[in-house]
Amino acid sequence: MSHVHTVKRHTGLMDWLTTVDHKKIGILYLIAGGFFFLVGGLEALLIRVQLWKPLNDFIDAGTFNELITMHGTTMIFLAAMPMLFALMNAVIPLQIGARDVAFPFLNALGFWTFLFGGVLLNVSWFTGGAPDAGWTSYVPLAGTTYSADRGVDYYVMGLQIAGIGTLIGGINFLATIINMRAPGMTFMRMPMFTWAAFITSALILFAFPALTVGLVALMFDRIFSANFFNPAAGGNMVLWEHIFWIFGHPEVYILIMPAFGIISEVVSTFSRKRLFGYSSMVFATMLIGFLGFMVWAHHMFTTGLGPIANSLFSIATMLIAIPTGIKIFNWVFTMWGGSIRFTTANLFAIGFIPTFVMGGVTGVMLAAAPADFQYHDTYFVVAHFHYVIVGGLILGIFAGLHYWWPKMFGRMLNEKIGIWTFWTFIIGFHLTFFVQHFLGLIGMQRRVFTYLDGVGFNEMNLISTIGAFLMGVGTILFLINTIGSLFRPMDAKDDPWEDGRTLEWTIPSPPPEYNFKQTPLVRGYDALWKEKMDGHKGMTPAEPIGPIHMPSPSLLPFLMSLGLFIGGFGFMYAGEWGKIGALNTGYTIGALGVIMTLGCMVARSVKDDPGFHIEEHELDDKGGKA
Amino acid sequence: MSAHTHVEGQLPHEPEKATLEGRNKILGFWLFLGGETVLFGTLFSVYLALRGQVLDGPTPNELFSLPLTALATLILLTSSLTSVFAIHAMHKLDNKALIKWLIITVVLGIAFLVLEIYEFSHYLHLGHGFTTSAFSSAFYTLVGFHGAHVALGIVWISLIIRQLMKQGLNTVNAPKVYVAGMYWHFIDVVWVFIFTVVYLMGKVV
Repeated sequence: MSHVHTVKRHTGLMDWLTTVDHKKIGILYLIAGGFFFLVGGLEALLIRVQLWKPLNDFIDAGTFNELITMHGTTMIFLAAMPMLFALMNAVIPLQIGARDVAFPFLNALGFWTFLFGGVLLNVSWFTGGAPDAGWTSYVPLAGTTYSADRGVDYYVMGLQIAGIGTLIGGINFLATIINMRAPGMTFMRMPMFTWAAFITSALILFAFPALTVGLVALMFDRIFSANFFNPAAGGNMVLWEHIFWIFGHPEVYILIMPAFGIISEVVSTFSRKRLFGYSSMVFATMLIGFLGFMVWAHHMFTTGLGPIANSLFSIATMLIAIPTGIKIFNWVFTMWGGSIRFTTANLFAIGFIPTFVMGGVTGVMLAAAPADFQYHDTYFVVAHFHYVIVGGLILGIFAGLHYWWPKMFGRMLNEKIGIWTFWTFIIGFHLTFFVQHFLGLIGMQRRVFTYLDGVGFNEMNLISTIGAFLMGVGTILFLINTIGSLFRPMDAKDDPWEDGRTLEWTIPSPPPEYNFKQTPLVRGYDALWKEKMDGHKGMTPAEPIGPIHMPSPSLLPFLMSLGLFIGGFGFMYAGEWGKIGALNTGYTIGALGVIMTLGCMVARSVKDDPGFHIEEHELDDKGGKA
Repeated sequence: MSAHTHVEGQLPHEPEKATLEGRNKILGFWLFLGGETVLFGTLFSVYLALRGQVLDGPTPNELFSLPLTALATLILLTSSLTSVFAIHAMHKLDNKALIKWLIITVVLGIAFLVLEIYEFSHYLHLGHGFTTSAFSSAFYTLVGFHGAHVALGIVWISLIIRQLMKQGLNTVNAPKVYVAGMYWHFIDVVWVFIFTVVYLMGKVV
């Protein structure tokens, strides 16, 4: 064993640009995802201000289209998924007793491609128009005939680049969970959040390439005049709908499953009980993941696929209610008879359950194909997916952030502010979206920038707008709480909730960069809880103390993603930027960007990373066991 | 785990699986190929949906020449075989034979690519451009994606050959050889489907 390699340790900004530490990447994901969450939230508030009274002229129809498109796209791809990745990065390796993820370098690359893709998408606001064809970007609306400006190009390029990052993240977590579990951590002893992340990653792996192809086809249509979706040249517009939704439906399960995992952890910890029906929970998650790929056409009931296709997709969709129901009952039974602590995290988790059930019920209503003809493209649909995404996923993320904040940052959040955050957010949420069910049922169309007076929409829209601002207040309270916590000393204990059940609570908060000084030996489900119940002070180590091998930091992921960003820009403007000499400026810049990325890949391939070792004497000495 | 301190004679029988990094790489690459399968699956679906839409352009039957594509198939399948020989040589820890078989694989890959470029330019002369019809767009995208994969594989394997020449076989580059082999087989399998779905079916229906 030669430990001669010395590696330059960066500090400050360079540390963050070059880090391959999953915990720091988790924080980067949280900052970037949180930023885009605020951007998307601001867009939502502008939408609600426009709709607070009939025939409002606060924003014009064109801007409204841009706002709804960017709100949806930003929230799903740039806010929700990154915040989930933040929690997955921060927690999964700790929960399975691993020192790192399987591919630390790729992990960093995934973050930077997501960030540059997201930035590219949002640059469109400042360069003459954001995408305005809806987050689903249906053709022919998204084709060059009806979207002649660059907006949809930004959508295509931005999502393509961000999608690479997501795919990389998915593969990374799958490989990590399969290969890097501590001794004794069998699959059926994995914490529920790890299971959820595992299945979500599998869904990412099999869903995102379809989006990649769809975006490539749309890009070719728009930039190189291909004919995929151009009926005049034999193209097929329904094809886009199929491709988009065969990705898009699994995508909503990609979003919600990690939230299911978070809720399972939080409810179990704060009920001081083992999760009820663990194996059925695992099975239900798998089943939801599987069925998630079988139901995409329920987004297309009104496209005209015919009664047989509609019936089959209708039944498949309703089937999903069964595993989801299993989960709901398991959470309720976990709380049943437990000694429940109403911490902020648990409030969010408990608030999640009825809210998500409501979203699920409207989901089953929408699954009835004949009825869907009535609901389609109304605010009923808007209410439904906000109940499952905000009421499910965002409440889940809030629960997870309050729960794991001490582990990520070494400081507790203020419970008083937390409780205010919860009540303002959840009341605001229900005010905003509950009335939208009825707005939809009485005929208010989604994606329309205003409505007439005297059709009964006025009061409910006003209530909805007030609710949206209340959610904004909740979010601001959360920001105050989190940013405020950073000014306090790092005094969170290893197990700050005192009822921690899983491995992340066995190590310091925040964990050292190598996570576990000694890999723990896992002796059962809820590994830490089991040791506590057996009267042990901590985990039994599975190895003696020794030097720990770490991957080197690298700037390459940042540069690779920057190359894609520059490349995306160049190709988009190939038609407009004229020529330098004989060369088309746009294509030249595009090619340079791609060459930069490929060059970094070659550099990575040719130059092996020997990594470095943290020696025994450098390990923080707090009583290792022999 | 500083694998590069090993000398060749001490490598285990399957050097690609000697380290956790190696095992991670192989597993991660299997997963990646799962995603690639969906990617090509979607491209095939798009092609199948649009292949009848030839408009005024030449039909598949008029365009495709089976002897040419059969030759391309033969070349690519042979390159798959030579990449198996390369892995076999690696398992016998015979770096020289490994390099030799990888070079042959790359040469066959280049030959395939040359044929494909000739084929595409020939089609252009027949009036089958990228923007001619939905069929032509789908055709060039599907076959072109595969061609781009072959091109990337050629560059990648060449870089690995260079490393093997400089460093000899070790536990760091053995997993790279192995996953490059997996990649090469994958694009071969995709080609088998392209040959069937695009060319053979194009001749029949």
